[in-house]
Amino acid sequence: MSRRQTTYNRALEIVEDICIGCSHCIKVCPTEALRVSGGKAGIHADWCIDCGECYRVCPTRAIRVMDDDFKQIFEFKHRVLLVPSVFFAQFKDSIQRNTICQIIGELGFTEVCAVEQSVDTLLNEINDYLETAQKPVISSFCPAVIRLIQVRFPSLVDNIMKLLPPIEITAQYYKKRFEKEGIAESEYGIFYLTPCIAKIAAVKSPVGGYTSPITGVINMDFFFNKVYLAYKQRLPITKSIIINGELSSKGVLFPTTGQESAHVKGRALAIDGMKNVIDFLEMLENEEIDNVDFLEIRACDESCAGGILSHRNRFLTAESMKNFAKTVPDTHNLIEDYKRSCSAVVHMDKIEPRSMVKYDRDIEVAIKKMESARRLKKILPGIDCGACGAPSCEALAEDIVRDQAQINSCIFLRTIFEKRGEISLEDTIKIMESIWGEERFDKNEQE
Amino acid sequence: MRFEYKVEGGDFTQAGYAASQVKKNLKQLGVDSSVIKRVVVALYEAEVNIVAHAYRGVIYADIESSGIKLKLVDEGPGIPDVTRAMTKGFSTASPAVREMGFGAGMGLPNISENADSLLIETEVGKGTTLNIEIRF
Repeated sequence: MSRRQTTYNRALEIVEDICIGCSHCIKVCPTEALRVSGGKAGIHADWCIDCGECYRVCPTRAIRVMDDDFKQIFEFKHRVLLVPSVFFAQFKDSIQRNTICQIIGELGFTEVCAVEQSVDTLLNEINDYLETAQKPVISSFCPAVIRLIQVRFPSLVDNIMKLLPPIEITAQYYKKRFEKEGIAESEYGIFYLTPCIAKIAAVKSPVGGYTSPITGVINMDFFFNKVYLAYKQRLPITKSIIINGELSSKGVLFPTTGQESAHVKGRALAIDGMKNVIDFLEMLENEEIDNVDFLEIRACDESCAGGILSHRNRFLTAESMKNFAKTVPDTHNLIEDYKRSCSAVVHMDKIEPRSMVKYDRDIEVAIKKMESARRLKKILPGIDCGACGAPSCEALAEDIVRDQAQINSCIFLRTIFEKRGEISLEDTIKIMESIWGEERFDKNEQE
Repeated sequence: MRFEYKVEGGDFTQAGYAASQVKKNLKQLGVDSSVIKRVVVALYEAEVNIVAHAYRGVIYADIESSGIKLKLVDEGPGIPDVTRAMTKGFSTASPAVREMGFGAGMGLPNISENADSLLIETEVGKGTTLNIEIRF
């Protein structure tokens, strides 16, 4: 595998064979990017922000995370795994971290290091940055929030902090270390174990004119199973691994809610959970919020402890992280080293908005279409049942004017049209099947 | 395309609804975000003015390809001295209104700064009508 061969800007895809078209996902998407058609869910690629809310609610695991193949790690002599602090917190506190690291070595990595090793350096940079930046500064930590802002709150892109998140700084540190040691690029692979789907997209297609040194991204849900299985089966340890254990309590706690804003000078707020985030950004965009210096905004409830690929209960995960933080010092030995080697690379360029074209690029046409959609919305029942395959009556109205649905897609109007004799029962059924699939309603002796 | 929103005097918890709805529509039309910001700030201030000072009002938002025209018609006490009301920091807001974080005396000046044109028609004892225009 050559570096960055896999360039996709989306980290999610729907596996059609597994999707049962249940429509749970269409209701939770914060950008209304999902529809059901032909009995399967489909994603509107330009609108998807990779937040993973759909993955959370999918009952059949039909939403696939486009992570990298684990076997690719063996193409490199030096195989570093950057492990987020939430990973260790997936296990009960009684399982020793050292044991987990030994297993990671046995599974194939040659070195393990905490993602949050760079946090202390980053916090210093954030406080410097705040002195001259446009307020409020929105943290660049959560990639789902960055993408949400690009798509839904374009006027706020300039408020996003132009500093790299901890994972990229730690990866840069490793890259520089290997370079210094004279190890060729083809000899080392820097892998990131992710609790987050949006982070996969962020590594694969980063924002702010930046190219990530991360070789591959490993799904934490998948890797937890691998490690826990090895632990349960008492896999013999035959290989050695370098454990780079330098980490401060600030680093351990950084991915939990309130532990980024806590170290920032000035008035700082912490907001977590997608709905809270959207409500807050709406207010911020209306300039209803004054005099805030810094905003820690995380898409997941309980931040990364509630990450999409974090399987353990979010409150127990956060508790484990807090417990561990109490056992480590508030500083570590590589901070100076990080400062020297990374301060030149922590900055990124301006982030561009990703506009969500709802109707048309031509405003005349867009206004006409919006007027049609408004008229349609008045006709539609306003029940938001989702039986048309769209998340709301409003979304259906928009789809109709974009020629992506018909007014007959509405089950209520269809019934009225049928009563009036304007559409045959046969056609009514055909429309239902076109949305929800042909075989869906043949449930005779199946169960 | 015309949108219409009713505003009740004293209902601070709902203040900002019209501004949010207009913002949503302008975003869907793909209007430049810096222009949307000016519209939202001007409209929000004007909406809060009705809530804080008038008994009730109606907001009309006319969106055309060239820009937006906002007309805010209220039934209220009217503005006795428009020139003073346009002065930064001048406020007749009651202490209760100020405690809620409103009434800093920036309303009309702020609207004027964000609008391409602002026309105030007012009659003491009857009400005020603001005509705000912002071009795209």
